[in-house]
Amino acid sequence: MIPEFASNLLAFLPEWVQFVVWYGVVAVILFISVILTMAFLTLAERRVIGSIQARIGPNRVGPFGLLQPFADVLKLMVKEIVIPSNSNRFLFVVAPLLSVIPALAAWAVIPLWPGFAVADINAGVLYLLALSSAGVYGIILAGWAANSKYAFLGAMRAAAQMVAYEIAMGFAVVGVIMAAQSLNLTDIIEAQRGGVLSFYWFWLLPLAVVFFVSGLAETNRAPFDVVEGESEIVAGFHVEYSGMAFAVFFVAEYVNMILVSAMTAVFFFGGWLSPLEGYPGVPAWLQAPHFLWFFLKISFFLFCFLWFRATFPRYRYDQIMRLGWKIFIPVTLVWIFVEGLMLVYEIGPWRS
Amino acid sequence: MNMTRSFFKTFFLTELIQGLAVTLRQFLFRPNITVQYPEEKTPQSPRYRGLHAQRRYPNGQERCIACKLCEAVCPALAITIESDVGPDGTRRTTRYDIDLFKCIYCGFCEEACPVDAIVETRIHEYHFENAGENIMTKDKLLAIGERYEAMIAADKAADARYR
Repeated sequence: MIPEFASNLLAFLPEWVQFVVWYGVVAVILFISVILTMAFLTLAERRVIGSIQARIGPNRVGPFGLLQPFADVLKLMVKEIVIPSNSNRFLFVVAPLLSVIPALAAWAVIPLWPGFAVADINAGVLYLLALSSAGVYGIILAGWAANSKYAFLGAMRAAAQMVAYEIAMGFAVVGVIMAAQSLNLTDIIEAQRGGVLSFYWFWLLPLAVVFFVSGLAETNRAPFDVVEGESEIVAGFHVEYSGMAFAVFFVAEYVNMILVSAMTAVFFFGGWLSPLEGYPGVPAWLQAPHFLWFFLKISFFLFCFLWFRATFPRYRYDQIMRLGWKIFIPVTLVWIFVEGLMLVYEIGPWRS
Repeated sequence: MNMTRSFFKTFFLTELIQGLAVTLRQFLFRPNITVQYPEEKTPQSPRYRGLHAQRRYPNGQERCIACKLCEAVCPALAITIESDVGPDGTRRTTRYDIDLFKCIYCGFCEEACPVDAIVETRIHEYHFENAGENIMTKDKLLAIGERYEAMIAADKAADARYR
């Protein structure tokens, strides 16, 4: 698994140390790139929403405001971390870590470009679902440990919302697994070869929509952000957090946004595959799978996140529950059935 | 029929997509209207009511005749006037204070003044660093008037036919 140049470089070490060093380096590089993407996503969010509201957004720090995220981080680092006196100290400190670690760890299985994922494991889909659910613990514990009624309300809402949308999300992924006959993310991407129309969104459109919208709900983004609903419960589960402890929650939320976009791209939009593949008259370099295709797809979904936030008002709590339990779950179930029929009668580009 | 129509309307997310189209149109095609303040400024009306000033006649004589109409009309009681007979035998103010913390910039003093002595200029970028600087004394007001007489005169001329 270790590429040639690295094993040559580390030849003097025993093999298991080589593994540790190599994957350590890869993990750090991946971590830094994800954090940088997240940092610029916060800037992009403010600029995009600004533009939609006919404003400019932050453009003072550095050219086009590009240094704004770093200024924000600096500000948050200098601020004091207040720990409420009646809180559960241990859980209060641990909760942000519990929400950020799964968000970052999930990146291990995402196939970034042809032939590369940090860990190309066979149960990649399960790993992703497990980690994206584990992030809820951080939110619930944060709300509980703070010993504040607003934080607690936010945490309860988070719990209910995540349970509801996890199921819909899981069912949507079941459809993908049925189509690809594999739990390995690289295999799922490979199974979608053949241009835009053989990507799964075309045959599994309801599932793709449900998956992405559930992803919105899962990351507590508008219009499903009752968890932090400013107007009624101040900031929800992270009211009592300040400084870097708050920033860690912020990182977790934005990394999760990128993760959900990446998952949507992998499951329904062919990951790093080119959407122009197999069309006559398209130059070969446009047909080749490449990291940039993946990047473009992720960027598009991230834009959708921001776009939805700028467009839709927040759902009421009961409407969220209704949408999750009474609409998304039946819709996914029906479409899984339809997909089963299509599989049996071999309609569509399924792997046999 | 109506129920089926509303069912499809909901399921194909028509209204949500319409909403998204509105915001996307704004994002792609409409310009941002933000004015980048210190570098760019919005145009001001000659009637703009900013910092106060007292004017003099071209021969250097103070316009103010201490009639105290401005003091009487001031709804915020921001103006304090004391008057006496001046060296040339005319009635003059010995004290003319405007408390800018009380002032609501309504412009009534300017309108009440029979001799156009007290005016509100277009200056709106000013600040105080110490307590007490908010009291605009007669000297300060006259100094502002002297400094910006050209602008004040132009504004008055521009507005003259409406007054």
